[in-house]
Amino acid sequence: MATLFSLVAIVLGVALGMAVQAVHEAALSEFGRGLRTLAGEADLQVIGARGGFDEQLYAVLAARPEVAEASPLVEVEARLAGRDETLKLLGVDVFALARVSPLLLPRAAEGADRFATLSDDGIFVSAAAQAALGIRPGERLRVQAGAAEVELRVVGDVPAAGEGRRLAVMDIAAVQARFGTPGRVSRIDLRLAAGVAPQAARDALQALLPAGVMLAVPEAAEDEAANLSRAYRVNLTMLAAIALLTGGFLVFSAQALSVVRRRTEFAFLRAIGLARTGLFGWLLAEGAAVGLAGGILGTALGYALAWGALALLGGDLGAGYFSGLKPQLQFQPGMTAIYVGLGVLAGVAGAWLPAREAATVSPAQALKAGDEAALSGGHGRPGLGVLLLLGSLAAARIAPLEGLPIGGYVAVACVLAGSVMLLPLLAGGLARLLPTGGPVPARLAAARLGAAPGHAVVAAAGVLASVALAAAMAIMVASFRDSVDEWLGQVLPADLYLRAGKSASSGFLDENLQARIAATPGVAEVSFTRYDSLRLKAGQAPVVLLARPVAADGRGLPLVGRARPAGSEPAIWISEAMQDLYGWQPGARVVLPLAGQALSARVAGVWRDYARQTGAVMVDLADYRRLTGDRRANDAAIFLAPGAVAGQVAGALVATAGPGVLEVSYPGQIRALSLRIFDRTFAVTYLLEAVAVAIGLAGVAASFAALAAARRREFGMLRHLGLTRRQIGWMLAQEGALAAGVGVVAGLLAGGAIGLVLIEVVNRQSFHWSMDLHVPWGSLALFGVGLVALGALAAVLAGRQAMRQDAVLAVREDW
Amino acid sequence: MQRRRLILGVLALPAWRAAAGASAPVSFAPVLAGRRLSFPADHGAHPDFRTEWWYVTGWLRLPNGAPLGFQTTFFRVRTGVGEDSPSAFAPRQLILAHAAIADPRLKRLRHDERSARAGFGRAGFETGRSGVWVGDWRFTQVGDAYRAEVNAADFAYALECVPDGPPLLNGLAGFSAKAADPRHASHYYSRPQLRVSGTVTLDGRQEAVTGRAWLDHEWSSEVMPEGAQGWDWIGVNLDDGSALMAFRMRGGDGRSVWSAATLRAAGGATQVLPPEAVAFVPLREWRSPRTGIRYPVEWRVHVGARVFVLQPLFDDQELDSRRSTGAVYWEGAVRVQEAGREAGRGYLEMTGYGERIRVG
Repeated sequence: MATLFSLVAIVLGVALGMAVQAVHEAALSEFGRGLRTLAGEADLQVIGARGGFDEQLYAVLAARPEVAEASPLVEVEARLAGRDETLKLLGVDVFALARVSPLLLPRAAEGADRFATLSDDGIFVSAAAQAALGIRPGERLRVQAGAAEVELRVVGDVPAAGEGRRLAVMDIAAVQARFGTPGRVSRIDLRLAAGVAPQAARDALQALLPAGVMLAVPEAAEDEAANLSRAYRVNLTMLAAIALLTGGFLVFSAQALSVVRRRTEFAFLRAIGLARTGLFGWLLAEGAAVGLAGGILGTALGYALAWGALALLGGDLGAGYFSGLKPQLQFQPGMTAIYVGLGVLAGVAGAWLPAREAATVSPAQALKAGDEAALSGGHGRPGLGVLLLLGSLAAARIAPLEGLPIGGYVAVACVLAGSVMLLPLLAGGLARLLPTGGPVPARLAAARLGAAPGHAVVAAAGVLASVALAAAMAIMVASFRDSVDEWLGQVLPADLYLRAGKSASSGFLDENLQARIAATPGVAEVSFTRYDSLRLKAGQAPVVLLARPVAADGRGLPLVGRARPAGSEPAIWISEAMQDLYGWQPGARVVLPLAGQALSARVAGVWRDYARQTGAVMVDLADYRRLTGDRRANDAAIFLAPGAVAGQVAGALVATAGPGVLEVSYPGQIRALSLRIFDRTFAVTYLLEAVAVAIGLAGVAASFAALAAARRREFGMLRHLGLTRRQIGWMLAQEGALAAGVGVVAGLLAGGAIGLVLIEVVNRQSFHWSMDLHVPWGSLALFGVGLVALGALAAVLAGRQAMRQDAVLAVREDW
Repeated sequence: MQRRRLILGVLALPAWRAAAGASAPVSFAPVLAGRRLSFPADHGAHPDFRTEWWYVTGWLRLPNGAPLGFQTTFFRVRTGVGEDSPSAFAPRQLILAHAAIADPRLKRLRHDERSARAGFGRAGFETGRSGVWVGDWRFTQVGDAYRAEVNAADFAYALECVPDGPPLLNGLAGFSAKAADPRHASHYYSRPQLRVSGTVTLDGRQEAVTGRAWLDHEWSSEVMPEGAQGWDWIGVNLDDGSALMAFRMRGGDGRSVWSAATLRAAGGATQVLPPEAVAFVPLREWRSPRTGIRYPVEWRVHVGARVFVLQPLFDDQELDSRRSTGAVYWEGAVRVQEAGREAGRGYLEMTGYGERIRVG
């Protein structure tokens, strides 16, 4: 039974780790392959903001002696008319493309016209996108451009895009003309002339680029994506590691139990000549076997989970890092071996202490009579425990390494290990606090906790670990959810929201439409938002630029800290990620590349943003329009006039453009949807929490079963002294409750500390957002009390087996 | 001559059938019989017409006396696409270029190509004088002389070509019919007997060369006649200073459906021959080991009462550009004999021996 538990724990740990790994590997390799298709043989790419840059740069760069070939591209997220899906559409010059990124070349279908690749309405759709959208060559595809619709002919495919890449290719002039971006290109791919030193070429070319436009090596985009999802990936892998750790702990409990039960058997084996090392090796092998079985089953389950996750949630487990990809799951022999190995390691590590103990016992003594203090636990090492706790404080201050909160993880490990080491001290202290009077079973249980804390500590340690992790997650998730909820309330103050497709898509509100929206009856006030992106640093993902009306004091923004009005310079409001990633501080003067110009701006304040972990900058819409001349908008926040009926106004707003162009949502809807996405993202976390608790309880049961087996003689003695079975049951229940209670108390304390580390260090460093602490006292208390009760129950159930034996027989073993 | 229209396949399309759903109809300038060519204006580009090319072929002589053939072709194509587009990338005009070196030591062609849409300084053409370029490949006219510069993957050349007289007008004062129906015609003049000097770079070694070349400049808007499978064309600089251009359109059965020739004496007197006065008789076939296509690489050509025999510099001058132009054809340097003696040198082009050549 105990072996089964430990097997399940190892299977779960390995499976989760493997699944996370396999899913992300699949997504990343598909993403990387896609990028290589997109980039082809380009040595360098010129990239800028989402809105692109002046196309004349193409003429300048193509004429340079360092450049052998230059291929201009316009990238559009084309929103399908009347649907909420978008299709990545690349406007290319087939002639230049053929010499830089030939893999991206479109292929005309049978029967297409001669100039299909140049036509202004012919679109080449990759096989994956054809399948996803249900269209075939020869059919028509309607997409949204601004607030209007464009009908395109599907005239072929993009063979090298493969099965997994959803994209479409069109002539660059057609994309510019039809999607309202004449004069702008999004990217220029460069192949350098033979014999030119790459660094020298980079330096020479970089000097020609306007502000906000930079050179990047194509692989950088791959790294960018990998970096973006890495923190998320590592966090999930850490959770898997915790499951594996608990698996190892369960192996420990199970092996400890079995060692106690088989003491006589081992002593006998030793007596007939089995060497000490032989016995040790044998017991380790038992642990390893459990680990191997768990590892193999776990990796199989992991692949199954990964397959399911890819099918249901996509390559990012629902977190939204890789859109437009259909990754293929691949068997990875190396990784699989590593995870099976981790399973074995957990098994061996768990078996190590019991095996050593069994091997060190002298056979003569063990054959004669059981030694009651069969389980190690001892008095802990309080000094080291305190040191570890102090160490966690230091670790929490370590800056992120390569964007990963390594210090945070170290701090979590230190808190866990330190609190386990301080557990005996706590148990002893708690025993002293217990009342000395009361009924016999209670006094016996209290005395046992005070006299032999080692026994209880083993059971309590399991409870501690699982409670700590569960409590920490509960505190972190509750704080996060609460903060997001409050944040949503702050960022959605209007009565209605109107948009023309996703912020990055080809839909937008032109000036005409903006005027019609503002003039709609029932609309008291409209606040338009324009989205763009900024390139601030090579190798960093672009930063989102939001232009919307902002009050000079930042009123209405979810500000963190105080606003510092900027004075004469244009004010910008930055998200917390900008502080972490670019070191921008309130009051600082920064350079913002807007419309190809390096613009000096003043950071007026910091706001909380849970939507964009790569950073966001907000500027006042009037400033943005004055500086860039871009008068389009993506969203409109509508405040209703008094007495206006939301439903009627919404209908009138939708009617200002063609059918299916504008979407109206209510703040309540957006809020519910956002929280639903939040909960889905944390679904994996909830699952792991449940696993941790189950493992903790299994640990209590296994430890008490081991103890009960070792205490058969004690129970016999108590029966002789006149205690009833019922009373012994009570005693065991109280012992269990006490041990669990010690674990729960220590676990809650440690969990609180870990929760703080997760909030202040791990989340902040991984995702660059802060949150307000919110402790779910009620559910934690309920959880704690429940665990104590379950601990008592587990102890009674485990002891029942031992008590069933005849009291006389039990005592006779001593002779 | 529509012979070079095959190059329009450069857009790498396997099929150009039935231009279904093509963009709004564009009216291309028509080729009219009465139009008089006027120079230097007609040296320049005629962007209102659908297709135009400047086509230089000739024989070069290395310092050690060894011969080389060369070909430089620049096409201008008005696509009819994006005429009203606000985009500077609108593919209204395309520039395509082909270059080849026929080296008897290699016994096959070195060739390469470029293509781009006109604009952004990447490719373009001039009006008023010959001038057309794509990337760093260019063909320009300075005064009355021409300059061809090509930098290909495994060869390069820069050649100065100086004409010895006024343009040679083919057909009816430059109106060259391709079929009985006058719709199928082009404006077409040649510059024979170009004196060439310059450099050729092969395998990284640059050498000075001299030689004789032939320039064709031709523009038109209408597709080749129906029922034609391909064509055979020659342009020959005769040793006595005279020049010969002859072509025939070939039907599916291999017989001529139309032919014509222009013969200019050394003194400048030009004789234009009607279809019945021109005959192409194949003498020897060569089979391409790459494509399996059989080409007649030796010919007897009757022009009026004169008889010329063509012999290739070497057999394998096949240009397999199916990956880019979708066409396989033979374009090569030939020696020309008359009455058993070598009488001149020129270029022979044969198309439509594999699949039917699909054009415009």
